Parts: sequence; structure tokens; C-alpha cells
Amino acid sequence: MGKTIIPIGPYHPLQEEPEFFTLTVEGETVVDIDMRMGYNHRGIEKLSEGMVFENSTFVVERICGICSTSHPYAYTRAVEDVFPMEVSMRAKYIRTIIAEGERIHSHLLWLGLAGHFLGYNTVYMWAWKLREEILDVMEILSGNRNNYAMFKPGGVRRDIRAEDIPICLKKIDSIVPTLIMLKKAVLDDPVLHARLKGVGVLSYQDAIDFSALGPTSRASGVARDVRKDSPYGAYQEMDWNMIVTQNGDVFDKAVVRILETVESINITKYCLENLPDGEIDANIKDVPVGEGIGHIEAPRGETFHYVKSDGTNRPVRHKVRAPTFMNLPTYKATIVGQTISDATIILAAIDPCYCCTERVAVKDDRGRMLYNGQDLVRLSREKTEKMRQRMGGK
Amino acid sequence: MTFIYLVVFGFAATAVLGLITSWIDRKVTARVQYRVGPPFLQPFIDLVKLLGKETVIPSGASRGVFLSAPLLGLTGVIVVSTILWVNQFFAEGFAGDWIVIIYLLAIPSLSLIIAGFASGNPLASLGASREMKLVIAYELPFILALLVPVISANSIRISGILEAQTTGIFAGSISGILAIIVAILCVQAKLAFVPFDIPEAETEIVEGPLVEYSGPGLAIFKLMKNMLFFVLPFFLIILFFGGLRLDGINLLWTILEYVGIVAIITVIRNTNPRVRIDQAVRFFWGPMTLIAAVAVILALNGL
Repeated sequence: MGKTIIPIGPYHPLQEEPEFFTLTVEGETVVDIDMRMGYNHRGIEKLSEGMVFENSTFVVERICGICSTSHPYAYTRAVEDVFPMEVSMRAKYIRTIIAEGERIHSHLLWLGLAGHFLGYNTVYMWAWKLREEILDVMEILSGNRNNYAMFKPGGVRRDIRAEDIPICLKKIDSIVPTLIMLKKAVLDDPVLHARLKGVGVLSYQDAIDFSALGPTSRASGVARDVRKDSPYGAYQEMDWNMIVTQNGDVFDKAVVRILETVESINITKYCLENLPDGEIDANIKDVPVGEGIGHIEAPRGETFHYVKSDGTNRPVRHKVRAPTFMNLPTYKATIVGQTISDATIILAAIDPCYCCTERVAVKDDRGRMLYNGQDLVRLSREKTEKMRQRMGGK
Repeated sequence: MTFIYLVVFGFAATAVLGLITSWIDRKVTARVQYRVGPPFLQPFIDLVKLLGKETVIPSGASRGVFLSAPLLGLTGVIVVSTILWVNQFFAEGFAGDWIVIIYLLAIPSLSLIIAGFASGNPLASLGASREMKLVIAYELPFILALLVPVISANSIRISGILEAQTTGIFAGSISGILAIIVAILCVQAKLAFVPFDIPEAETEIVEGPLVEYSGPGLAIFKLMKNMLFFVLPFFLIILFFGGLRLDGINLLWTILEYVGIVAIITVIRNTNPRVRIDQAVRFFWGPMTLIAAVAVILALNGL
């Protein structure tokens, strides 16, 4: 049978963002997948290196619209890692509330989109209706539905008022019955079982080999969660479960996300009810010479930031690694051998965030790629050689 | 006279009722999904707007086939609805019109297949090949299910089937109930609604066969689907519920039956995800054919 190329992208109803996948298919079966990026590159790292430490928080907040708190959180932790300092307990609680609120709305967003990709638009609308309540809570707490601007190195920018807490708790409680109903409707639907079980299986070994992160790896039985493994914020303060399932198929990824939403609701409620008193900001005056890393568990997996300071008021190097960067290559293990109908939901199952992952791509005027990986290594070596000569051939 | 039948009943009445049906479908869907839904005239406005848009013919397409495919599909639906209306109100059928209708009902699907392959787009030809598999899957149980009224009425004329139901509708018998369950699910597939919207699958293959269509061509395909959305429930009402009755309290019953069938289709559409093509084929050839066969056997025994 002949091979056909089915393009998914750069503009396709499956994706919210421009990305280009080429599926090589035989009949309906996918035999290979390739992807091309670079449609969305904005040069955030370079922008950040031109800003003072406080302003970089806002730049990294705009890396992604959905995990808009993960990046500032990881970045502020990286800055706080440059020199020994302690964030107050109240600030940690507030940070946890914002981060968990984001996880709830991000997972609900994914659930809705996954339903939409399967043609199940009722789940789409219901999940987004629930998400709306959480966005309201976030608006009450931070003033914004998204891009909360709550974080700053050393603490948080805005306090939570005591009179807002009961309103937020009430709103969060109000979505729980509908969420439980939606959970049952999704997890007990025989048609969904037929459609998703055993589809796009990422085995335990593949998850380890590809270094998959977040719900993608936890659905394959890899018990990895930054919140448990290297606790930060207020996560040690309460009991909560890390959701791990064993099958690694699309259905299990959905199960992990839905159950995590319930856990996140409990964490958020605990934090709101037990918010300690105290300062919210450590008032960092300047950042000494040094380097720091910050990693947190974003809704999609571990977000990692590296910051290097030379004692001035700007980072000299700021490196971002979003979770999707690690999860994208798992497509090679999950999609090959599946049908096109399944390929689309598998593409969505890792909850990809392409603008987080975006890398630069250099092309000529005909759209051909000018540099591949080896070229970039060669260019990097040449540059190093030049710098070495300029510094006196040491 | 034939001309009036074709234009007034076959086309105009069916088109208006079909667009109203699609409005009911959209409104119910919206209410199920916490949305407000479109205003009553929205389907008409959409149609008129599309008719005024430019027709783009892709460079790889075969021009004549690409442009005539929508007309072919529309013609099929118009002829079917004319036969149904004429049987309903003028009792002017002909021997074997049941067979002709079954045959003509395959034409819209056929036109979609032709359109998909004529577009010269990989997504469209994928959609067309899926449509072909789906047609092969649902035709067998569909015909078996529709055979039940023919057996019960002992007549292969639509007017004969209507006449036989003046004493009692077929939906009241066990074989009728089984047949109508199968028929509604097959109608779901014929209309390419979730869970059987595999040929169109917006998020997979971008509306499949329709991906290259724009302007009047797309408008005619949409109109064809909306008319089919009226014609198929209408056909089921004729076969199983004794047809449309417009006198007194029966008018209310007729409307309830019709809206009921549309509502069932809409609810199925809103409470299911899309299945894969292999699952659809297995579903129709397995349980559906079995149920339809049982219904036929029961009908042969007079149940």
C-alpha cells in the first residue's frame, strides 16, 4: 500500500497553536511522525535577559496563557536560589493557592478540549463552564482571570483579603458536585472506554527513556511529582495523594488529570482555610553573583528555570525548559502504529503547550530549514573558538 | 402536476422544514451545553450568506465532478421527499416505491464520496473513503429494519404500509420497537452525526469531503444534510407511526412523534464521543444486524 502524508497544521482545528505535524500513513495507519516548530518563537529568554529581575517575572508569565503561573513560580524560585533566603509562610500559602487554582483550570481546559477532539462537545462545554467558576475565584484573589501577576522574587505582590476567603470557598465548593458528576460521566462511559482504552500506550520503560513528565508519566506508572519529590510552597503542610495509574493509555492520562483536579481542589481549600498570618514579601534589594535553579510541578509536568546573576540588576542568563519539551518526543512511541482517528487524540493527550516549548528555526526564503542539530553544534563550537581567541587564546 | 410536486413539496417544504429541524437540533444542543443557542432564523441566514460567497475550485480538482456532486446529492433528496409527500397526501404511489426510496437515500452519501475524491485533497479523500466504509456498514441493518413494516403490512408500496397502519401503528409491536431502535441509529450514521460523524470528523480531517467546498457548493451540501434531517425522520414516521396526520388531536401526536425522533437523535449526538471507523463497522454488522434480523423474524411470525 502506498504511503500518504497527512498534514496536521500549521493551522488545523485540532490545535490552538501553529505547529506542523506530518503523519506518514499507510491506509489509516500511521507509520511515522515528524514535527516542525518555530512558528511561535518570541525570544523570551533573550527578552528576559534585558530586564531587571522583577520585570522578568512578567515576561515569563507571558510564555504561556494557561500555565501562566508556573513560569513565574519557577523563575522566582530560581532567583531565590541564587542566595540563601526564606520566603514567609503566608507568601508560600498564597503561591500554592494560585498554583493549584491554575492546575484546576488547566486540567479542566484539557478535559474540555479532549472531549471536543473526540466530537464530545457536551463535555467540552461543561468542563469550560466549571473552569469559569475557578477563573472567577482567581479574579477575586488576584484581580485577573489569567496572567495573575502575583509573584515576585522574595514573595507575592498582592495579599489575600480575609473577607474574600469565604466567597472563594463557596465558589469552589459549588463546582464540586458537577465535577463529580462529570468525572462519573467520563470515567464510566462505555463508548469512551472503547475509544480511549489501550490507545496510545506509553509504557513504563518508554516513559523513563523519554523522560516524560507530569501527568503523562504518572499515567504510565512513574511516580514522579516535584511537589512530593522536592517539596516547595505549602505542599508539605497537608495530606494529599499523588495520582499514579499503570496503563499509560489516553484513558489513564484523562483519569490522572481528573483525579488531580479533585486533589487540587482539596489543597486549595486547605490553604484558604489555614492561611497563616505574616509578611508576604521579603523585600529583596539586590541579587548577588551566583546562579540558581527553580523547578516546580506545572499542570503539564516539571517546569525548570535557570538564572545566572553577575551582581547587576539583570539576569545574564535565563534558561527556560517547559514540560512539553520532554513530553513531545513520546509521540514517537505512542502514535506510530495507531490509526489517524486515534493519532489526533494522542497528540492532544500529553496536553501539549507549544508556545512554552517554542525554539528558533532558521529558514531560507523558500521555507527550507537551514540548520539541523549538527549544524547548530558546529556553529556553537565556532562561536566558542572565536570567544576563546578574543580572550587571548586561553 | 409533477413539477408542482417536485418544487413545492419535494424542495420548498422539505427545505424549510429541514432548516427548522436543524434549528431545533442546534437549540437543544445549546441548551444541553449551557449555551443560549442561535435565533430561529439563523439556519436560513447561514444558507443565504453561503450562497452569496465565492466558489473556490482547487487547482488539483476535477472541475465538472467537483461542481456537480452537490447537485447530485440535492437531487436525490428532492426525489425522495417528493415520493414521500405524494404518498402521504395524494396516495399516488407506485409499486415498489419503498425500494426506490432506499436506493435514492444512498445518493447523498454517494455524492459526498464523489465530492471527496474530486477535491484532490488528502483529507477529503480520507473522508470519502471513511464515508464509503460507513455506507457499507449501516446499509445492511438499515434495510433489514425497514423491511419490518413491509412484512407487517404485506405490501411493498408506501401507500400500502400507510393503509395497514390505520388500525394500529407498527411502533406498537415488539418487532416494530426493535426495528425503530436500529433504524434511528442508522439514521444517525446516515446524517453523519456523532458518534458516527467519522467521515467529517472536524478535529481529525477538517470536515472531510467538504474541506475544499466554499460558497454555493457548500451551501447546497449543508441544505442537503438539513433536508435529509427532515426526510429521514419523516420516512420513519411513515413506516412506523402511520404517517403525518393533520386532523385534530392527531396533529399534536404527529408533531410530538417527529420532535421526539429529532430529540432522540440530538441527545445521542450530545452524549457520545466519536467512534473509530472499525468500531462503527463492527457495531453495525454485529449487534445492529442481529437485532434487525430478530425484528424481521418476529415480524414474519406476526409479532
